[in-house]
Amino acid sequence: MIEATASGALLRVLNVGVRFGGIVALDDVSFDVPSGSIVGLIGPNGAGKTTLFNCLSRLYQCGSGDIVFDGSSLLSVPRHRVAVIGIGRTFQNLALFRTMTVLENIMVGRHCRTHSGFFVNALRLPAVAREEHATHDSARALLRLLDLESLAGTRVAELPLGTQKRVELARALASEPKLLLLDEPASGLNHEEVGALGKLICDIRERLALTVLLVEHHMSLVMSISDRVVALNFGRKIAEGTPAEVQQHPELLQAYLGSTG
Amino acid sequence: MSRRSLAGFAILLLLACALPFMVSEYRSFQFTLVLVYAIALLGLNILTGYNGQISLGHGAFYAIGAYCAAILMDKYGVPYWATIPVAGAVCLAAGFLFGLPALRLEGLYLALATFALGVSLPQLLKYHHLEEWTGGVQGITIQKPDAPAFFAEFGLALDQDQWLYLFTLAVAVVMFVLGWNLLRGRIGRAMVAIRDNHVAAEAMGVNNALIKSLAFGVSAMYTGIAGALGAIAVQFVAPDSFNFFLSITLLVGIVIGGLASIPGALYGALFIQFVPNIADEISKAAPWAIFGLFLIGFVYLMPAGVAGAVRMAVARLGRKRQNT
Ligand SMILES: Nc1ncnc2c1ncn2[C@@H]1O[C@H](COP(=O)(O)OP(=O)(O)OP(=O)(O)O)[C@@H](O)[C@H]1O
Ligand SMILES: [Mg+2]
Repeated sequence: MIEATASGALLRVLNVGVRFGGIVALDDVSFDVPSGSIVGLIGPNGAGKTTLFNCLSRLYQCGSGDIVFDGSSLLSVPRHRVAVIGIGRTFQNLALFRTMTVLENIMVGRHCRTHSGFFVNALRLPAVAREEHATHDSARALLRLLDLESLAGTRVAELPLGTQKRVELARALASEPKLLLLDEPASGLNHEEVGALGKLICDIRERLALTVLLVEHHMSLVMSISDRVVALNFGRKIAEGTPAEVQQHPELLQAYLGSTG
Repeated sequence: MSRRSLAGFAILLLLACALPFMVSEYRSFQFTLVLVYAIALLGLNILTGYNGQISLGHGAFYAIGAYCAAILMDKYGVPYWATIPVAGAVCLAAGFLFGLPALRLEGLYLALATFALGVSLPQLLKYHHLEEWTGGVQGITIQKPDAPAFFAEFGLALDQDQWLYLFTLAVAVVMFVLGWNLLRGRIGRAMVAIRDNHVAAEAMGVNNALIKSLAFGVSAMYTGIAGALGAIAVQFVAPDSFNFFLSITLLVGIVIGGLASIPGALYGALFIQFVPNIADEISKAAPWAIFGLFLIGFVYLMPAGVAGAVRMAVARLGRKRQNT
């Protein structure tokens, strides 16, 4: 079982450690994300989930260990190349471009799949106009997919939180990622919205052939859509397995009861 | 662009072409300076308004452009029109190189670094080892160009001011079209994305360092081209015409005109060209106090700049039309 997943892993996190001064945010964390799967990453507040995401985005430097994505180490990839090689993400505390419209935000998501530079843009050569049209069309398609069509021209700052989260998801999808990192996509959503989000994540995984790494506090959501679950506490991995296995794990129960009550 | 706005621009352009034939020579000269400032302000707006990098030293790039034109014309006999692309290229390089170390600085720290540039450049221009080119404190006087002979052959006798106005207008139109293209496409979006959220921009694949330093270069290029045109119009360059006050005036221009707005550059240019004159006419004793009042009035009444106020007025008109 372990061998099988290892060979088909899109992402391998290998003994990763991260420290901030005296705080050990991640301590020797290892796990695999099999290609095509949804892996849930859970743990109490401060467990190190976002820190791991930030390592994957190259925002944070790993103190030790390695991260292998699609067969090669991520640690030599500069930040702005992470999207190009196929890692897309959303942010825990929304990181939209606030002055832009919904459509424009999603169009920026296409940046890593387009190429025209300063000079040809200033001249607006035919190739630029074509590229711009294509960007526009694929952004429109994502608007339809995420039911945002009627909001295309609205500034994102004017939207409610749940809608902003959908825009962020659309923006991440615009980069055509192989691996999608979702950092608490359900926070701030009501019960119905959480259910719809679960369906949506499964749906886009099928349609776009994605692999998903999902950080979430909503246990029912994680346990219902994840193929595998990894649990962290104080920066250490305390459990890993299928949702059913992890739910039974004594250390996990204790971590949640002990720290969040 | 819609057909209606295209028609609007065509009418505006025709009016702009007709302007020097309807006003005095001196007014033509003043409007030439408006166009010069508009180009400079568009440059600063690309950097500060769109990309979010504050510059308190753009007067320095204006000065470099002006001296390029003056030195090339005075020492090397280069025709005035050929100095424009050279000034642009020199400032593009200078801006890009200055933008590289500036990558490490943000907000007020960047403002301080550009301030340092703005205050030190006039002094460098006085440096006696460079005097052979720069003319030291005296500066350089240059000839105002005549209109090309073929206009006269077609029976259109243009005086120097009219011709220079039309020449500057042509350059301004080209620069504005290029700027508009740049800002409405992939690169413009990336620049605004960096301003709004640089972490997310980079996660979308935007090469922040490259875009920011190139934005600095392009911005300096615009301002340098404006400097060259300004030098030709004023027929004179001297270190003290490009003091720190010029840099601040440019910043005032983009804020009053409207940050991150292309027409805002034109509104801002009208403000910085004419409001000091108006203030001077109102009170010879305290023109700057009057100017200050104007400034506060504008900021108070139009918090999003003139461009923002215009946008709102147009939107309101559109709604009214729909309702009736
Ligand atoms: N940039 C930083 N500087 C210093 N400490 C940090 C930094 N980022 C994270 N930490 C610390 O690392 C630890 C892990 O934080 P992290 O944000 O990864 O937790 P999390 O699992 O995402 O929690 P939550 O569920 O609350 O989002 C915390 O103790 C946090 O204070
Ligand atoms: Mg977190």
